[in-house]
Amino acid sequence: MNVVPHASQWGELIRSDRVHGSLYSDPAIFEAELQNIWYRTWVYVGHESEVPNANDYVVKSIGPQSVIMTRDEQGKVNLLLNRCSHRGNQVCSYDKGNARSFTCPFHSWTFANDGRLVGYAFPDGYEGQDKSKLALGRVTRVQSYRGFVFGSFAAEGPTLEEHLGGAAETIDRLVRFSPEGEVEVTAGFLKHRVKANWKFILENECDGYHPAFVHSSIFGVADSAIGKLYGGASTAVTRDYGNGHTEIDLRPEFRKRDAPMSWFGTTEERLPDYTARMKAAHGDQKAREIMIDGAPHVMIFPNLFIAEIQMFVIQPLAVDDSVQHVTALQFKGAPDMNRRLRQQTMGSVGPAGLLLADDSEMYERCHRGVLARNPEWIFLGRGEKRERQDEFGFKVGHVTDEIPSRGIWRHYRSLMEAV
Amino acid sequence: MLSRESSATLISAVTAFIYKEARLQDEHAYEAWEALWTDDGVYWVPANGDDIDPEKEMSIIYDNRSRISLRIKQLLTGKRHTQTPQSRLRRLVSNIELLDQQPGGDISVASNSMVFESSLRDDTVWAARNEYRLRYVDGELKMAYKKVILVNNEKALFTLSFLI
Repeated sequence: MNVVPHASQWGELIRSDRVHGSLYSDPAIFEAELQNIWYRTWVYVGHESEVPNANDYVVKSIGPQSVIMTRDEQGKVNLLLNRCSHRGNQVCSYDKGNARSFTCPFHSWTFANDGRLVGYAFPDGYEGQDKSKLALGRVTRVQSYRGFVFGSFAAEGPTLEEHLGGAAETIDRLVRFSPEGEVEVTAGFLKHRVKANWKFILENECDGYHPAFVHSSIFGVADSAIGKLYGGASTAVTRDYGNGHTEIDLRPEFRKRDAPMSWFGTTEERLPDYTARMKAAHGDQKAREIMIDGAPHVMIFPNLFIAEIQMFVIQPLAVDDSVQHVTALQFKGAPDMNRRLRQQTMGSVGPAGLLLADDSEMYERCHRGVLARNPEWIFLGRGEKRERQDEFGFKVGHVTDEIPSRGIWRHYRSLMEAV
Repeated sequence: MLSRESSATLISAVTAFIYKEARLQDEHAYEAWEALWTDDGVYWVPANGDDIDPEKEMSIIYDNRSRISLRIKQLLTGKRHTQTPQSRLRRLVSNIELLDQQPGGDISVASNSMVFESSLRDDTVWAARNEYRLRYVDGELKMAYKKVILVNNEKALFTLSFLI
């Protein structure tokens, strides 16, 4: 196509049960997504635990943009753009560190870690210049939810809590797995690149139809109970929270098992220290409920995927080039649990992961597939006739139904139509 | 220290072992490759640097012996989609050096390698420093430890699902 649709035309590409293949492959549409999604809505950037101390920084991203997340001397978290206000040189060349300031190597302009320009070389050439007009660029709005830091380039719009809506509760559910109520992101990220559009990744995260086939090789040899969760007889559900957020809710299956830590393939007996700490923190009954239910499997639009034991951050670089940043979730105050979380995550995800390498193969084959001219459409109608509402009014369906994809595209269309 | 003669004999045995390992990997001889490992083998491909602590930070691969076995079993199902069809591979191995040899102990040896992979996605070149600990078990050399330090392990990497 190579021409961005007018607001009134997105409906021709996005229908209730199908979307046009060009949405994944057209470079002009990718550029429009950067403007209407990545540089406007709330996007997950990093976690407060990655910058625990004053002057800590870590380099993150919003789409192709390099973003420095700093904790300044006052303890505030800033999202700064990695671009000198003088000639555009990148001011930070390391992934992380501790620095009060960033000095551009080109002409020695120096910026405080809250973005202020504090000095430049040979200042007599800038007589009368107002330094406050030459600060580093920054992400316009920054808000955290339970330590998860999001940024939005739009000066106005929904608050982060409005954006998260019903999906905020999934993050509440997650942090309870820490006896101290805090997630920590301290294990470093694997960065897995795929030659595919970012939305293949986004839609796959809560697709419960594929595991039985894409992952049959590992389920079979690992004697895994995961496969059954995604079988035809499963009572687990897919859920659309609105605003593009989607979930696979496995709690109905885990409640049938009625065994604490079964969701993680283990038992209380194997994690005595963790179990004791959880009971001390939540009380015996509540701890038991939490440890039966298991951690959430939720895709926060557009880029934060919490997959029970690990988190992924989706980064689009180009229409056919994306990176999955992935790390093991770590629960504060749970050392024995955290070690298992890292071991399981390392086996499952990243470039050599026993699960994710096969998902990523599907993303790349899908991307090459949609370049074919016919049948033009991606069909997303599975379970449309059996959608129902849960007690909170969110749409739910069978675990293999395509409620998540339909929910993502409904929200996508609303963002792309809003000029 | 070994005498000059025994050192020459050892490096020749070690070199033959490393070449054989490379060929088994290139040709997806999964079971033969697995048989090169000792019972306590550790297969490690770090991410984000050469010397991270794999007990604390994420690695691309950090397999104990049972996970090596699981990885091989998965490949042998024929349904490991990322290796169906298999990548076509050839690797060059060079700079083989004995690093540290205590009489009776494991043999520390290192090499450099460059792997050319042709897969459905594209052609990809991988380059690495490989550190081994080898051991004679019943008269045969075995791998007790292999660490593969990819030159670009700080960057976003494409899928690495063949045996590196």
